[in-house]
Order: sequence, then C-alpha cells, then structure tokens
Amino acid sequence: MEDNLKLTCLYDKHVALGAKMSPFAGYMMPIQYTGITDEHLAVRTKVGMFDVSHMGEIFISGPDAERYVNHIFTNDVRGLDAGKILYGMMLYPTGGVVDDLLVYKEFTPDSFLLVVNASNIGKDYLWMLDNAAGFDVRIDNASEEWGQIAVQGPDAEKVVVDVLGWPGAASLGFYTFSDFECGERMIISRTGYTGEDGFEIYASPEMTNRLWDDFLKAGVAPCGLGCRDTLRFEAGLPLYGDELSADITPVEAGLSMFCKLDKDEFIGKDVLVRQKAEGTAKKLVGLEIFDKAIPRAGYPVELEDGTAVGVVTTGYHSISLDRSICFALVDSAYSRLGTPLWIRIRKKVFPGEVVKKRFYQTNYKK
Amino acid sequence: MSKIIEGLLYSDSHEWVKVDGDVAVIGVSDFAQAEMGDITYVDMPEVDDEVTKGEDFGALESVKASSELYSPVSGVVVEVNEALEDAPELVNEDAFANWIIKVKMSDKSELDDLMDAAAYAEIAK
Repeated sequence: MEDNLKLTCLYDKHVALGAKMSPFAGYMMPIQYTGITDEHLAVRTKVGMFDVSHMGEIFISGPDAERYVNHIFTNDVRGLDAGKILYGMMLYPTGGVVDDLLVYKEFTPDSFLLVVNASNIGKDYLWMLDNAAGFDVRIDNASEEWGQIAVQGPDAEKVVVDVLGWPGAASLGFYTFSDFECGERMIISRTGYTGEDGFEIYASPEMTNRLWDDFLKAGVAPCGLGCRDTLRFEAGLPLYGDELSADITPVEAGLSMFCKLDKDEFIGKDVLVRQKAEGTAKKLVGLEIFDKAIPRAGYPVELEDGTAVGVVTTGYHSISLDRSICFALVDSAYSRLGTPLWIRIRKKVFPGEVVKKRFYQTNYKK
Repeated sequence: MSKIIEGLLYSDSHEWVKVDGDVAVIGVSDFAQAEMGDITYVDMPEVDDEVTKGEDFGALESVKASSELYSPVSGVVVEVNEALEDAPELVNEDAFANWIIKVKMSDKSELDDLMDAAAYAEIAK
C-alpha cells in the first residue's frame, strides 16, 4: 500500500466484500465489487450504495456566517430556508475553481454545512480560513468525524424508509435534508451524483458501519467509484479535476446557472461578469463519435483537416445509452450543438458532433 | 489462476502467438483479459496494415481503461477477427479461442524472443 493513504471507516467492509481497491483522492477506495457494468445498472434500475465517507464536511457558524458563505460561494444563500441545499463553487479571484460543493443551511441559526471533494479538503479549509478576515465566523473541518453513504436508484426511497424505519424520508424533496436523531446526529439529504433519485446519509463512523450492513441485508448493491464516474458522467455532472479546475471557470464549464451574478460580490465574480459579457475562449461541450471506439481524457479534438481545437476531459462508451460520448473542452467557435468534430484515438480519427452534455435523462425526485 | 496453453508462444506484454507456417495468429492471454475486466471494444488494424514487433497495433478497452496491444512479430496483417467488432466480450469468454489478428511474418527469427508456456507462467501471476 502507498504511504499516507487514508482509509474510510468502511474499509474493512470493502475488503471483506472482495472489492478491487485503489488509491483515490488520498484514500484507499473501492473501485468495483462485481463489475462496473453490473453496479451501474443496479443504480439505474434498482438501488445501489456508495461509500463516500472520504468527502469533506466543513461547518461554518457565527453571526456573519451567511455573509461569509455568500462571499466565498457562487450561489446565493441569502434567506435560504433551513433544510435547503444549494450546489455551487468556490472560486479564485481569477474565476478558476477552488472546488465545487454543496451548502446545507442548518436548522441551528447562522450555521451552514459545506460538503467538499475529498481531494480538496485541506486546500478548501485553508482557503476558507484565508478568506475569513473581517467575518465573525467559526470554521470547523469535521471531515474525520463523519462517515457518509450514498443510496441511489429508483428503489432508494423505499429502502431508506425501511432501513431507517422513518417514513419521513419519503417526503424529503430534491436538494433538501433533515436531521435524524438516533442517539446521535444523522443527516439525511435527498442528493446524489448519479442522475437517479437517492439519498446521502451522514453519520458517525460507527453508525455508518451499521447502516452499511443494514442496507446490504436489504439487498442494496455495493457500488464502487468506477460506476460512480460512469453514472455522474451520463447525467452530465462535472468532476473536479476533469471538468472543473483552477484553470477552468464555471462559465467555461457551462455552470453559470449556479453563479448568481446579481449578488453584490463574491470571490471571482468580476471575471465571470466579464466572461458572460464577452464570451470565453473555451467551452465544455458534449461530444459523440459514431463508432464503438472510446474517447478518453486527454485525447485531442480536431477539425477535419487535423487542426487541434480541444481535448477530451471524460469519456466512455456509455453503459446506459450504448453510445461513445465524452465531455470535451473546445474552442468556443466549435461549441454549438451539431458542430462536426473529430477525436483522435491512438492512430485513428473518428468523426462525431457536438451534443447536449446531459446525455442521460435524469430521474430526480421533484 | 489464469489458463495457459501449451504449444503457444507468449510475449511479456501478454499476447500469445500460434505459428501457422509463415502466419502468426495473435491474441491476448487469459491473464490479460482477466486483468482488464469486461472488454467493451477491441481496436484492431486493417488488413494490409504493417505491424512491427514491440509496437502497438491496437488496444483492448474496458469501461474504465484502455490497454494497448503490442505486436509480438513484424509483418503484414492478413486477417482481423471481425467477430470481435460486434462481440468484444468473446475475448473475456475465451481469450485463446478468440484470436485478434493474423500476421504474415517478415522475420520468423523474431519468434525466438518469445516465451514458451512454462516461462510465461512465471510472469502471468
């Protein structure tokens, strides 16, 4: 095993289930149990669960919490009701992305939970501290104290209600959450990263282990990071490091709807305002090639004459759609739907065209 | 434990060769297919393409990864296994029965660099 790799609280469960384990974001994580295709289809047709305990939980509280979160976050939390969740990004002054995250408006006044990518926890926490001057807030990185299981798929509601013995889970709307008391605090949120209905359940490491076993007994398929990526990709969801980075702005990534430019200010706003007005040099698009060959991250996107106009960021032969599709960052001049583009895959060049990024029709609870 | 067949020659990049006169029938080993997992696409050259010993002539793709195929011999492709275009999973089902390309060899002495089954068994584990 590599040095300094962390283990999630469910590590022993993964090993006992025979998962193929691999380093990801500083953690030893399950990539697959039975196979990526099986697990992908379990989530699309029934229900699967993911250990996402590696994700970061950072709590913000204090008299200036709302004003502070709005300063570092692209979406608008002003007046947000307790129990609501917003997706958005933290930006550098350049408009590049520090991280994409979920912000939970807590039931305690002046309190927020920020859920960030595992690979960025340390960087994000420092970024938050560095940008807190002048705000009366407390910033608490509690990532090590929380486990998290994502239960995803059309049968997720039924199985979560049964396992928790809590019918209230059924009435949670998309992007809302509830606290659940069971001798300790659990957070149950109607969110996910698969394009299906589902829940993300935050609990202590001990409770997370009990829940994992209970979901397993209830017939929920354990799913690894392999299909987490194929699922989020089909649903048109970006992954930090692939579609978002310090060098890619939300406007370039097509995520402007999560950036509220009518707010007085937030870090990076000026650049986004300018990009919205003037356009960007690059844009993230969906691309399909008319072949079974698979476009992978890093492969060049070209015009018919071989001129390079972009690069693939994520690509698969889609399991649910049986199409060879990818996200690609291309020159904006070639970003319109239907534009013919070519992808170089090893020694061959495959024709294709720009298509919508949401490849798969998502099935979220309203 | 993966299957290894006696009488074939093997490369250290996990291709096998069956010699049929001047023609090398080339596939991947059972070990290689097991390492890849579910194969979803086999990228193959075309008939009359030249291949060079040690250089890639195509690739196997699984959902998550692609793995290049290296030619164990030099020569000209005389046949590709078209069945794999529509059914790449055949390689998973039987990696030895489902060859990938046939190459008319330009230098049969290159075969001397390949391993026999016993030697290959040492590296395929």
